Amino acid sequence: MSTHEPTEAATDGATAPLAVELTGITKRFPGVVANSDVNISVRAGTVHALVGENGAGKSTLMKILYGMQRPDEGTIAVDGREVVFHSPADAIEVGIGMVHQHFMLADNLTVLENVVLGAEPRSGLGLDFAAARRKISELSTTYGLGIEPDVLVDELGVGARQRVEILKVLFRGARTLILDEPTAVLVPQEVEELFDNLRDLKAEGLTILFISHKLDEVLSVADDITVMRRGTTVASVVPSEVNSRQLAELMVGSALPVPELRESTVTDRPVLTVDGLTVTAADGRTVLNDLSFTIHAGEVLGIAGVEGNGQAELVEALMGIRALAHGSVRLGALDITRMPTRKRRERGIGYIPEDRHRQGVLLEGTLWENRILGHQTRPPNVRGPLLNRAGARKDTERIVAEYDVRTPGIEVAAAALSGGNQQKLIVGREMSGEPVLLIASHPTRGVDVGAQAAIWEHIRQARANELAVLLISADLDELIGMSDSLRVILRGKLVAEYDPKTVTPEQLGSAMTGAAGEVSTGNGEVA
Amino acid sequence: MGRFSPRSILLGLAAPIGALIFAALVCSVILGVTGHSPIDTMDAMVDSLTKPRLGPRTFVNSLNSATTYYLAAVAVAIGFRMRLFNIGVNGQYQLAAMVAAALASASWMVGAPSFLRIALTLIAAMLVGAAWAGLAALLKVTRGVSEVISTIMLNAIATSLITFLLSPDRMGAVDPSGNDTRTAKIDVGGQVDGLSYPGTGSKIYGLVFLAVLVGLAYWFVLSRTRFGFELKATGLSEEAAVASGVSVKRMVVYSLLLSGAAAGLVGMPALLGDIYTYSSQNFPSTVGFTGIAVALLGRNHPLGMGVAALLWGLLDNTANSLDVAGVPKEIVAIMQGVIVLSVVVAYELVRRYRVRLEQRDVGRALGTTKAPVNADAEEVPA
Repeated sequence: MSTHEPTEAATDGATAPLAVELTGITKRFPGVVANSDVNISVRAGTVHALVGENGAGKSTLMKILYGMQRPDEGTIAVDGREVVFHSPADAIEVGIGMVHQHFMLADNLTVLENVVLGAEPRSGLGLDFAAARRKISELSTTYGLGIEPDVLVDELGVGARQRVEILKVLFRGARTLILDEPTAVLVPQEVEELFDNLRDLKAEGLTILFISHKLDEVLSVADDITVMRRGTTVASVVPSEVNSRQLAELMVGSALPVPELRESTVTDRPVLTVDGLTVTAADGRTVLNDLSFTIHAGEVLGIAGVEGNGQAELVEALMGIRALAHGSVRLGALDITRMPTRKRRERGIGYIPEDRHRQGVLLEGTLWENRILGHQTRPPNVRGPLLNRAGARKDTERIVAEYDVRTPGIEVAAAALSGGNQQKLIVGREMSGEPVLLIASHPTRGVDVGAQAAIWEHIRQARANELAVLLISADLDELIGMSDSLRVILRGKLVAEYDPKTVTPEQLGSAMTGAAGEVSTGNGEVA
Repeated sequence: MGRFSPRSILLGLAAPIGALIFAALVCSVILGVTGHSPIDTMDAMVDSLTKPRLGPRTFVNSLNSATTYYLAAVAVAIGFRMRLFNIGVNGQYQLAAMVAAALASASWMVGAPSFLRIALTLIAAMLVGAAWAGLAALLKVTRGVSEVISTIMLNAIATSLITFLLSPDRMGAVDPSGNDTRTAKIDVGGQVDGLSYPGTGSKIYGLVFLAVLVGLAYWFVLSRTRFGFELKATGLSEEAAVASGVSVKRMVVYSLLLSGAAAGLVGMPALLGDIYTYSSQNFPSTVGFTGIAVALLGRNHPLGMGVAALLWGLLDNTANSLDVAGVPKEIVAIMQGVIVLSVVVAYELVRRYRVRLEQRDVGRALGTTKAPVNADAEEVPA
């Protein structure tokens, strides 16, 4: 493998001017990995990928480049001129735009209104919508985005929304686009479409900075790749010289973990039996329609689906947070359909929520207080109605050590930890107290590769000890690798069942978007 | 990163002391502009605490006021811990005091042992306060009515209800002077003896110990019990609490009931230690709002609120000497207002600074070197 010092990338492309050059960027802020001595040279008119495990400092670096944070040391040069950003407005001024991972669009406004919001074209006192509409159509055609200005954003799919975000940035005159994990929310087919768009943008002379930790994607779309590890740039490579395994090793400094299960541990003892589960929303809409499945001891059941197809509602129904309209849920032989959340937890249901800040941690609470959360009725956290603070503290120390939670102590607020470390704390907590069923919603989202491997290993061990697991994930490799059986959820229904040993991500992707057409079972056979 | 590092204590004190200094400066400016000497004003207030005869009396009165304020602050703080705003302490304690006064002075109580009478009176006050706050809780969990709206409306209703009940043919008694409505006087057997203080005939309320007890109970329940944890968790993040098996509705009911019960005690030190009768004209009627200010200043902390209540009592009682010195005593109300406003701002500033500091500490402990992170972490004293 040939890797060279980051600065050499500049000499490689000596003929092309540098769109962005970051030199010696250091930022001592806030969480576990700060940036130290980061050097990146981005040639104009290329797709430059920035890869690194979660928590390697990519996001911090991009925030610095987008003016959201200021570096303690180091310089930023755009088109050869040194610049200092005080706010994103300054970055936009010199042509740097950012497409965030989470879309920032108002559903009830049209594409046009969303795009002009905050950058309204004026004619006299009024707004010049005609000019804006013209410009949007023009941009859409030039870059092949296929966006109609007068459609409601509400009616757009995920891929189209992302293109609207890109359009928004282009509308503001950006020549360099930062895309933060743009493929995280897309199914494989949409990823391909996005990459076609990126190639079009590149062909028109724009520069793309593409942040990702999905290496196959990076290798297929990038011209240059910069690898970050532990807050600093460790290598600069070109895709033709590396394969994804080598790239992964650069990223983690060691071998990449693979989500895979060993021999089957599935027993014939049902732990969770869901029968005809139906949930209606407050407005009467059916969000989950007649779901039935069984998870046995030692079995991992994976649920694949594009986000927003009822996964969150399913998890909340199983946790007792959301009431069922019809159907029943049994834990072992016990009917828990109407059991409150606390009782369910006491009966051994562990819960790793999809949004840890919302449901998983008290950000202002200390780590040991977060250890108690959700387990406030069980030892070692309580003695009768009283808290056992010493017991909780001691057990938090155990979790911090066993789950490699990187923190200087257990008295710090959870908010001071990085997302990955918060997640490790949650996983450690939910694995405590001998759960019989684990509901894991995106358990490795936003954690570094090392933690990912550890979490997978903990799930494997628990599975070997006859834990039943419901696994919901957007990472199809994780789903396929970690599941004993796979179901696909689409618009609140379980539409297909696959054998993880034989299914491909593409097949899953088709079923997730409904492109497979027919309700299928087994290897995609029509039921 | 310790729990009680000098830095964290210093940061905790910075906000209230800063606010106090700022408020003193603002008041000095106002006094200066209106042609009074800030120094003379200060002198007059200090004098009222140090002069023989006057000093001890002012001190005892301040302590007595503080006792009442502290109970009100605890009532408010219980709600605050769950982000509930109980502005109905006024109505709760007045109604509770009226019913308790009627009960304590009832003829069938006269023969009962003193201890039992007092205990029954206190329990009745707590029950009435809790019930009145319970109405707001009920409205909130069944109909989603904001407790801010319902408690303040219940204040108005309580005032009318008290007027209705104070009629001599209901719970009231005939007032000898004829121009007040009131309950019958509680005789010696139902009173709580005060404590003598050298240099003055005024006595310290015997129920000052009740306030201390309530403070201890507040501290213990909130920081040492599962219930307190669930209350805190609900206050910090309702959704995380729900996911953890906490029934938020139940917590709303419990916390408002407890808040109301504490509020029910607010009128007791004065009723049983000084006034011995509930009268619509001579019973303090706005302590609930003072409680909000004291809880804010004391950060809902059992000790902090104690200090804040004492400060409030001292300010109130030293103000009486200002009229003699020719300074309008309303300057003290201005000072109290400025303290509350500036302390809220100061606390927020300190909070942000503290978060930044902590993040920096964690970053420094873990991230800035490329050495193995675990080895690093172990060097930091936890």
